[in-house]
Amino acid sequence: MNAIDQALDWLGQPNRWSWTDPAGIPYRTLEHLGFSALSLVIAAALAVPPALVLAHHRRGAFLAGSAVNIGRAIPSFGLIILFWYLASRWEFDTSFWPLLFALVALALPPLFTNTYAGVVSVEPEAVDAARGIGHTEGQVMLRIELPLALPVVLAGARVAFLQLVATVAIGAIVNDGGGLGRFIVDGFAQGAGGYGEILAGGLAVIVLALACEGVFALLERFAVPRGLALSRRAGLSTRPV
Amino acid sequence: MSEYVLAASDRPLFEWRWVERNADEIVQRLGEHLALTTAALAIGLVVSVALAVLSLRWRWFYAVALGTAGALYVIPSLGAFALLVPFFGLSFTTAVIPLATYTLLILLRNIVTGIQQVPAEVREAAIGMGFTRLRLLLQVELPLALPVVIAGLRVAAVTTIGLVTVTAMLGMGGLGFFIRQGIQTTTPNPTAIIVGIGLSIVLAVLVDALLWLSERALAPWARKAGRA
Repeated sequence: MNAIDQALDWLGQPNRWSWTDPAGIPYRTLEHLGFSALSLVIAAALAVPPALVLAHHRRGAFLAGSAVNIGRAIPSFGLIILFWYLASRWEFDTSFWPLLFALVALALPPLFTNTYAGVVSVEPEAVDAARGIGHTEGQVMLRIELPLALPVVLAGARVAFLQLVATVAIGAIVNDGGGLGRFIVDGFAQGAGGYGEILAGGLAVIVLALACEGVFALLERFAVPRGLALSRRAGLSTRPV
Repeated sequence: MSEYVLAASDRPLFEWRWVERNADEIVQRLGEHLALTTAALAIGLVVSVALAVLSLRWRWFYAVALGTAGALYVIPSLGAFALLVPFFGLSFTTAVIPLATYTLLILLRNIVTGIQQVPAEVREAAIGMGFTRLRLLLQVELPLALPVVIAGLRVAAVTTIGLVTVTAMLGMGGLGFFIRQGIQTTTPNPTAIIVGIGLSIVLAVLVDALLWLSERALAPWARKAGRA
């Protein structure tokens, strides 16, 4: 098992565990997470408000229903390369913006669709009650519909974030940073001599993705409104499908 | 990478000439793309049916299989390829294993759900007519589960077609070849990138429509019942 020896050798190098050296796994992990989180925050800022308003007024159901399917059909690999090309053509800084644009675009559909589905599934009685005690429409959206939709919104954020973590890795092909994908792409460039780096880098990406999944599972558990958590404990399911 | 910038600026975004000149290769890459997609879906379907049969017998097995498939589904494609390249090289095998793996979660869940929702009376009637377990599965349960299974297959197919482009990083050809070629030549070629992305989307939409049509043809009762 030559590749495993190579990987162990690669992992054992002194600067490999540095937080400040680009050759270090911790450094690249932070870069990877930072890029993914930034894209998620921007995508959420772009997708959640319109989805909330549209769902509140029960408009755009078709868009919400098909967004995820459309998103699935768009190859993320192609989107990254296309945006990179366009940036270089228009003489933008190619090391950051193209990848960010591609990532935000990929995270939009699940966030939009889930926010919409979550708000639509809020029980009309709760909304009517809020109106009855004098909430304005804006307050209904922010204080009733959004919190009650939170579990479904978070499920969308989880799907989006995992896709982002996977895509940042691919982004290393055009991005000088590229998070943990940097190791895999650099390893590929070396051919058989890079198998150790490819293997170790691949493992690092996988561990990161599984860890993120775990964190999101915990988040979904704890970030649910208390009233919802109660009703769920009482056996009432709050999640559509 | 800055040398690309100057070279890129004088090339139009889309050149029909390029498409015409490369028609043969486009057909070839489409074929490669379809071959990888079909292989991944076929393997995924066979494995999922086997897992589903075991899952229907033992509840604990379903929990374990679904949990494992869920964890595998989370693995980034590039990470999965990286894990396999040192052992299988830049090969079809390396490409197809993760692609097939990603289909398991959705296919397994849909097959089991589909079979579970077969009405008990139907099952009892078949058993009463002397059907063996295998015949019951093949001739009654699976056909009745077909709409749900195909719904899963549609999602799996569309996802796989998009992911196959990533296998271009393994030198696997397919439509990802054009996407990669677009920035790897000394003069970047936007037409190649756009053709790669565009055909991948078109292929996904076509396969999705084809599966939808096949569902309507194979399970016409589902439409009548208004489940579509």
